[in-house]
Amino acid sequence: MTLAEQIWQFFLSGLTTGGTYALIALGFSLVYNATGVINFAQGEFVMLGGMITAASMTAWGLPLWSAALIGIAGTTLVGIALDRAAIRPARGASIVVLIIITVGASIFIRGVAGIIWGPDERVVPAFSGEAPIGIFGANITPQSLWVLGATLVTAIAMWLTFEYTVIGKAMRACAINPQAARLCGIELSRMISWSLALAAAIGAIAGIVLAPITMTQYNVGTMLGLKGFCAAMLGGLGNGLGAIAGGLLLGVLEALGAGLISSQYKDAIAFVVLIAVLLVRPSGILGGRRGGEE
Amino acid sequence: MAAVREVPPDNDVHDEVLAATQRRRAQKVQIAAFFLFVALVPLAVHNRYYLHILIVVGLNLILATGLNLLMGYAGQVSLGHAAFYGIGAYVSGILTATYGCNPWAALLAALAVTSLVAWLVGKPTLRLRGHYLAMATLGVGIIVVVVIRQTTGLTGGAAGLTEIPSMTLFGRELQSNMDMHYFYFVWAWVCLLTVLFANLVESRPGRALRALHDSELAAQTLGVDTAAFKVRALVISAAYASIAGTLYAHSSMRFLSPTPFGFHTSIALLVMVVLGGQGTLWGPALGAVTITAIQEALRPYADYDIVVYGLLLVVMMIVMPGGLSRALGALYGRLRERVARHRAGDVAR
Repeated sequence: MTLAEQIWQFFLSGLTTGGTYALIALGFSLVYNATGVINFAQGEFVMLGGMITAASMTAWGLPLWSAALIGIAGTTLVGIALDRAAIRPARGASIVVLIIITVGASIFIRGVAGIIWGPDERVVPAFSGEAPIGIFGANITPQSLWVLGATLVTAIAMWLTFEYTVIGKAMRACAINPQAARLCGIELSRMISWSLALAAAIGAIAGIVLAPITMTQYNVGTMLGLKGFCAAMLGGLGNGLGAIAGGLLLGVLEALGAGLISSQYKDAIAFVVLIAVLLVRPSGILGGRRGGEE
Repeated sequence: MAAVREVPPDNDVHDEVLAATQRRRAQKVQIAAFFLFVALVPLAVHNRYYLHILIVVGLNLILATGLNLLMGYAGQVSLGHAAFYGIGAYVSGILTATYGCNPWAALLAALAVTSLVAWLVGKPTLRLRGHYLAMATLGVGIIVVVVIRQTTGLTGGAAGLTEIPSMTLFGRELQSNMDMHYFYFVWAWVCLLTVLFANLVESRPGRALRALHDSELAAQTLGVDTAAFKVRALVISAAYASIAGTLYAHSSMRFLSPTPFGFHTSIALLVMVVLGGQGTLWGPALGAVTITAIQEALRPYADYDIVVYGLLLVVMMIVMPGGLSRALGALYGRLRERVARHRAGDVAR
């Protein structure tokens, strides 16, 4: 393979992981906009989506699509529970306290998942076979297309929700100015519940489409969550379009870095990018100029 | 806004100075009592396992005190403080084990490296308002662990760095972790660093830090270079972590692995400071003791330990967002009030 072909191959596989990062980053931005909280439990939603799906397929012999629906529904319930049990009672607490609460919740969720499903890796079968598809000399699996498709569909669905539905508009209003939104009769705490439910559902989707590629395990959430956070920062925290762009860009950078420089340092690349962004453009690539030295 | 605001007469200033002097005196008594208590502990505790835990408490106390300077006084959060701890430990470990360096020279080298890293992270991010330092340190924390894991030739990677020589004191070797000598050595450092901290926060830089914690703008108008002070607080805080790291490297089985220096240790340190009470002298001590005790108590219950630990973090932070010392203070106040009311009721009857 020539270098150009290699880079093309890395680019495509990076785009696949990037799709998952984009979805996770979207979840971070949603919750951040609604509450100002950086939800460190976001990665656990990804883990739950994959694990619940895998477990219901093996335990009840369900077909993939219904197991996936159960995965999304179950994770969404966990997201709502997280809001009710941990984030709502701590409303108005300092940012450090909220960080500790979401990290504590993520440790708790991981612990429970470890007890229920044990330490073994679980497999979700690829949605439509394993036969690789050639695109201009590079091969990608059909599952990669599923990941990118899921990212695209979710992004469009989100855009439609925020642009055209009452709930979406209300959530946007809360993000822009909670006080004014309240005066217009929008119930803030309901919107926060909605945003956590949505973030959990999106995280679950990411986990389900990713599971056939990487396998899934009770402890995959932390690293995925932190990388999704890097992606959200890269695109500009709280910016939906930025989250998608940041996720895809991060995935590609990671794949290129791992392929061309060193695969051993793969997990560090996202964080090097994070620091570089903080140094050069703290508001993110799509965040405008204001974020930094406000 | 009240139109007429009373100008505090000089008397108040005088009172405040007096109160500060009294507080200083009280602190000196507290610190002396603390020294004495620590010195007497090994007389009561003979169990080597408990001595080991007390050494861990001491290390955590140094870490939490350093972090408290950053969080409680400079108002900044570090989500990667365990990385500074790790850099201190590994620089010490590598220099002494691989290159046969004197442990004290290694301690200084570790201090220099850790401070440099902290400065490099803090200098650009602390210019910005907001919690950019938290995010940068989060990144640094994970990068450091990945580097430790991957530079196998230097650090031993995931398998660990072994055969780190003992700490020496006046030419004598301080054998191991299970040793009473090492207990005294670590706690001497704890005492030294606590006194240093108590003096620092009462000095002019300390007052500047507190001013900027209360209101950055007000501090700036008074001529405090807030960014520079925050960077200094971060560097000192990292230096504390580095010393704890060196002490860790020479304790235990004189063995280092990357696990204790990861994200979850950084969070545990955060919890110690917040739970104990940010910006107080004894809060981090309370937090360090509580969290170390919880972690040690949960250790035997494999699988269930992280469930309970995670739940405890959530519950403690919801119930006591201001920290244990403040919660205990409030509880004491309420009890006293109830007793007083009870007495008043008795009298009425």
